[in-house]
Amino acid sequence: MTAELGHFALIVGMVVALLQGVLPLWGTFSRAGATRQALMALARPAAYLQCALVTLSFAALATAFLSNDFSVAYVAQHSNSMLPKPYQFAAVWGGHEGSLLLWVLLLSVWTLAVGLFSRSLPLEMVARVIGVMGLVSVGFLLFILTTSNPFERLLPAASDGRDLNPLLQDPGLVIHPPMLYMGYVGMAVAFAFAVAALLGGRLDAAWARWSRPWTVIAWMFLTFGIGLGSWWAYYELGWGGWWFWDPVENASLMPWLVATALIHSLMVTEKRGGFKAWTVLLAIAAFSLSLLGTFLVRSGVLTSVHAFASDPKRGVFILIFLAVVVGTSLTLFAWRAPRATLGGSFAWISRESFLLANSVLLVVATAAVLLGTIYPLIIDALNLGKLSVGPPYFNAVFVPLLVPVLFLMVPGSVARWREAHMSEVLHKLRWPGALALVIAGGALAWGGSHSVGTFLGVALGSWVALGTAQLVIERLRKPGRIGASFWGQHVAHFGMAVVVLGITGVGSYQVERDVRMRVDDQVTIAPYTFILRRFDEVPGPNYKAVRADVEVQRDGRFVEVLQPEKRRYFSSAMPMTEAAIDSGWLRDLYVSLGEPLDDARTEWSMRVYYKPFVPWLWAGVLLMVLGGLLAAADRRYRR
Amino acid sequence: MKPRTRRLLWIVLGVAVLAAAAAFVLNAFQSNLVFFFTPTQVAQGEAPKGRTFRAGGMVKEGSLVRQGNDVRFVITDTEKDIAVHYVGLLPDLFKEGRGVVAQGKLGDDGIFVASEVLAKHDENYMPPEAQHALDQAAAAKAAQTLKVQP
Repeated sequence: MTAELGHFALIVGMVVALLQGVLPLWGTFSRAGATRQALMALARPAAYLQCALVTLSFAALATAFLSNDFSVAYVAQHSNSMLPKPYQFAAVWGGHEGSLLLWVLLLSVWTLAVGLFSRSLPLEMVARVIGVMGLVSVGFLLFILTTSNPFERLLPAASDGRDLNPLLQDPGLVIHPPMLYMGYVGMAVAFAFAVAALLGGRLDAAWARWSRPWTVIAWMFLTFGIGLGSWWAYYELGWGGWWFWDPVENASLMPWLVATALIHSLMVTEKRGGFKAWTVLLAIAAFSLSLLGTFLVRSGVLTSVHAFASDPKRGVFILIFLAVVVGTSLTLFAWRAPRATLGGSFAWISRESFLLANSVLLVVATAAVLLGTIYPLIIDALNLGKLSVGPPYFNAVFVPLLVPVLFLMVPGSVARWREAHMSEVLHKLRWPGALALVIAGGALAWGGSHSVGTFLGVALGSWVALGTAQLVIERLRKPGRIGASFWGQHVAHFGMAVVVLGITGVGSYQVERDVRMRVDDQVTIAPYTFILRRFDEVPGPNYKAVRADVEVQRDGRFVEVLQPEKRRYFSSAMPMTEAAIDSGWLRDLYVSLGEPLDDARTEWSMRVYYKPFVPWLWAGVLLMVLGGLLAAADRRYRR
Repeated sequence: MKPRTRRLLWIVLGVAVLAAAAAFVLNAFQSNLVFFFTPTQVAQGEAPKGRTFRAGGMVKEGSLVRQGNDVRFVITDTEKDIAVHYVGLLPDLFKEGRGVVAQGKLGDDGIFVASEVLAKHDENYMPPEAQHALDQAAAAKAAQTLKVQP
């Protein structure tokens, strides 16, 4: 019964979403009067009702998972009675259908939030925003109901489920997709605000101010989701990489790059009334790329741990949906944007010009990533052969484009609005600049790496960190209350610096050893010595594992025992590598088991890695998230 | 300068930067495309010498020879074979009789020196390139049988 209830709630939810999408928007177009007010006033209650219905539907699916109802096909495919409870819950979004339901649930939660926290907005604006979000929701609900129903029954019921992909049985998976989706779906809010502004013909500072906190929060979730995904890949895939330029990763990086440009561009629109058309385009692009990401990941055109569907109908549906969204919003843009007034003028050297330059660079970087991601798919679809675009392309393109972006972050924060003087900017930044060069030189001399990349990475990372520190110190010396958004900006910029330093550090100084080891063998990566002590058989709830005890010594003194595992899940023949990682402030020690090299399983191939500065990556991401949170919490948004 | 002129100048500058970036991106793109070849195509000499490419198919039964981290195996599409030499750890799902895709260069001795053997995430998953290689070989075989029959 629960499954049918969930299905029914979803159908009713779609009808409500349709009303939510059509009636308030209709209201905004009709003539002033009681009907118009009544229609527009429908937006909020419709959004709340839709949210309740979708939540009910999601709860029904979760109940089916937690009660091991294997008569539901989706549950039978993605769960198992031996699967620990938290993973049974996480398995709700462990497959195609459930993850789409999560998408819609989060969209309805965002809409609920917009309804609740928009008391100060004119009703007309609220009606438009909620209406547009309702239409987006209709698209996704139709998609679920017509091609990807998670409530379909399996007759006869399976006696037990096929289990969740072992790679996904991990605490990282429990939170990574919801966070990432919060970011993706949050872009729908920025998009809805932009479309609402176009519909109303008022692209102004007020629109930018309303839209900003929502966009920043979405950006924050997206940042967190990407960081979690990278962290998960690092410890779960068992070979110590944290970014692979996998199409699925690119699918999340592209909206992030555009969203980063968007939050900065919105600031210019709010404060100076400039960049209006550009901001709207960025908002449309950010949401379109989120949809494209969903298409790439969920349609089955890519085969990876993320790709579930292989039904071509689904891919076609998302593609059509994408075309409709991009097509209508760009048409609307072409129709309405020429009416937008120009903002205040600005000089060649000004905060606006630095922000614009970085905005353009981020968009170019996005285009480069997009090219490398979809070109192989297009060539394959046209039957012109099979090819792939490897990490060297992305590194060769992405790094040179991001170098000026990082460099301009500092003068962009220092320069005045409208018109700044080069001499003033240079004078202000002489210390951070000089110190950054000294630190970079020191890193080369001390670290024993002589690559240009190391120098550039350390110099840019320190430049951003020191420039940010200087601005903060200057501000602290002045009197007056410091707003949360000031801290948000600088904490986020500092986080970016820490990420850059982390990437440079691990890229330049890591030591990776692939070795064969027997009990009592040892490997030394100065100053650490790794000694393989023993192997144990360890039972788990739904797997059994071989666990190695690897003792780590530093200069002959005991540091820790690392316990990497090789798991074999009962439900699949596929072995799983669980790396053991010891994290410090400055480095990770990373050990994972390869494979047994003899039949008696006494000799194994192993990866023994020294990964300096990896923890900085995650710390930097967390700082950026904190920065986003602070920026969105600023008092002036709460009026 | 009037705001309009100024905006125009900005746009010109932007376009110039974009053009430079595009030229640079396309150049990097061109030199980093990795093409895929089936064992049959490699046997027919279609694969480039001295340039990295991908080859895929099945790992031939009984062909895997290990000496520590030094691995030799054969990729087959049931028609033609490629001998592969690889130094490093094999991914969890590497097995004889399973699909595989390797990236590397063809040596003068005809042995494919792999720099990477691709790790896949799912046991039932066949790399699409590997499946493609098998399908191509099967299609070629079917076409031949048809020709022989009157």
